[in-house]
Amino acid sequence: MDNQILIDYLPIAVLLGISIFFAVLLPVLSLTLGPKQGAKRNLAPYESGMTAIGEAQRRLPVKFYRIAVLFILFDVDIILLVPWAVTFRKLGLYGLYAMLIFMVIFILGDAWVWKKGVLEWD
Amino acid sequence: MSFSFLEFLKSLVELTTGTYLRQVWGAKPWVDPTLDAIGVILVATFGLLIVLVLIWLERKVIARFQDRIGPNRVGGKYGLLQPVADALKLLTKEIITPSGADKWAYNLAPFLIVITALMMWAVMPFAPGVVGVDLNVGLFYVLAISSVSVVTVLLAGWGSNNKYALLGAFRAVAQMVSYEVPMILSLLIPIILARSMSSVDIVKAQTVPFAIVVPISALIFFISSLAEMGRTPFDLLEAESEIVAGFHIEYSGMKFAMFMLAEYISALFMSGLFTTVFLGGYRFFGLEMIKTASGFALGNLIGLIAFFVKMFVVFVVLVWIRGTLPRFRIDQMMDFNWKFLVPLSLALILVAALVDKALPVGVNDWTRAGVHLVSNVVVGAVTLEILRRNGRKQRTAHEEVRENADIETAAAH
Repeated sequence: MDNQILIDYLPIAVLLGISIFFAVLLPVLSLTLGPKQGAKRNLAPYESGMTAIGEAQRRLPVKFYRIAVLFILFDVDIILLVPWAVTFRKLGLYGLYAMLIFMVIFILGDAWVWKKGVLEWD
Repeated sequence: MSFSFLEFLKSLVELTTGTYLRQVWGAKPWVDPTLDAIGVILVATFGLLIVLVLIWLERKVIARFQDRIGPNRVGGKYGLLQPVADALKLLTKEIITPSGADKWAYNLAPFLIVITALMMWAVMPFAPGVVGVDLNVGLFYVLAISSVSVVTVLLAGWGSNNKYALLGAFRAVAQMVSYEVPMILSLLIPIILARSMSSVDIVKAQTVPFAIVVPISALIFFISSLAEMGRTPFDLLEAESEIVAGFHIEYSGMKFAMFMLAEYISALFMSGLFTTVFLGGYRFFGLEMIKTASGFALGNLIGLIAFFVKMFVVFVVLVWIRGTLPRFRIDQMMDFNWKFLVPLSLALILVAALVDKALPVGVNDWTRAGVHLVSNVVVGAVTLEILRRNGRKQRTAHEEVRENADIETAAAH
């Protein structure tokens, strides 16, 4: 059984190998064909033609963090929904009710998040 | 069974070469791995080479939208070799790693993004029986692989040591992560209808294309896949006028080309996925099943052509949208996702599950499609009504504020 599953994924492993081959080939080709000037000016980070001021890696606004947290909540919901969507015919009425109750709780939470203003961008 | 060249040619046209070679070679342990390897080599090369066609097509179509001719010098009257010339030019440019860049993150990003773009093609059914590998978790595999691109964008933006790149990467990640939610949620409805996640099973289940059965889900999937790829009108992540090019600003030569390559491959892949999941894939009014009297499976070829025609029509629609719509503002985009698409797709899943459960088991495909279509139209009508009321409420509030302001100014005079 375990063996059979692994054999199913064999072409994927081969495809991964080929993709890695292509992904390495392209920069290597470019390295061999392209010029190597190594001028210091070329290596400076682009900032509209000026010398870069200060650190580039600064702290990010908290709104991006809020989006990330929301995404994780929804992702957990989705992970529960995906297997349910495939098998919900077999689960019968119980599966439907269980998911309905879960979804009601989830949507209530979502409504609370909305009301709290987490979804406002500015 | 011995090898005959004529039979081999016939199997090539029939697209059953794999089965034929299996018969010729017999049951030896090396046969299956070799055939798999040949299959995926074809898939990967296809993915890389089709980009040349796509770039030419996009430039030519967008030129026509803007009343220009587009590429017309390299490779004859139609500029057919323009993408090849571009690729060669990019190959002969210097590759740099900017000073202060995080070397690992910076160099890993283009590498990973090409791999993910190529890996996704493994489960795409091109024609009856022609698929890299028919996984029973096909769509889940696609979603898992495509999620890696979010990490790549963050790697590229963080590793570049550039303010624009970092800003672009944050925007891109916020956008991709947000729109992934409605995309997966709307993809669940075909899974509910087909009762399988295998891409081949989903195509087989579409006696009626799912775009007709559940039009609103198809629309949501299309819109959110646009945002997921970062194409217009959702191309804030590379908004040229604000953040120059976003996360790939510091990349040069082939490394930059790898981002472009991955972008085009995944644009075509998303068109293909939309075709597979909602437009019936290789199905063409049952013609994909026909066999001639001599037992020649002509249907496979028709299926392949049907799939490619549908996929390229969807791709041209993507270009069309790029030529027509302006860019969204970021707050509009986030509002549209979290306050409209996500609640709507959650509601659609519940409705689809309830309707599918309410229908008796042995019901005919067309009846089932009709009932789902009606439920979808009802959901759509309710949504429009809610939007209308909401819009009116906002308008009245706005007008009241303005009237009050007018009164105040009048009183001040």
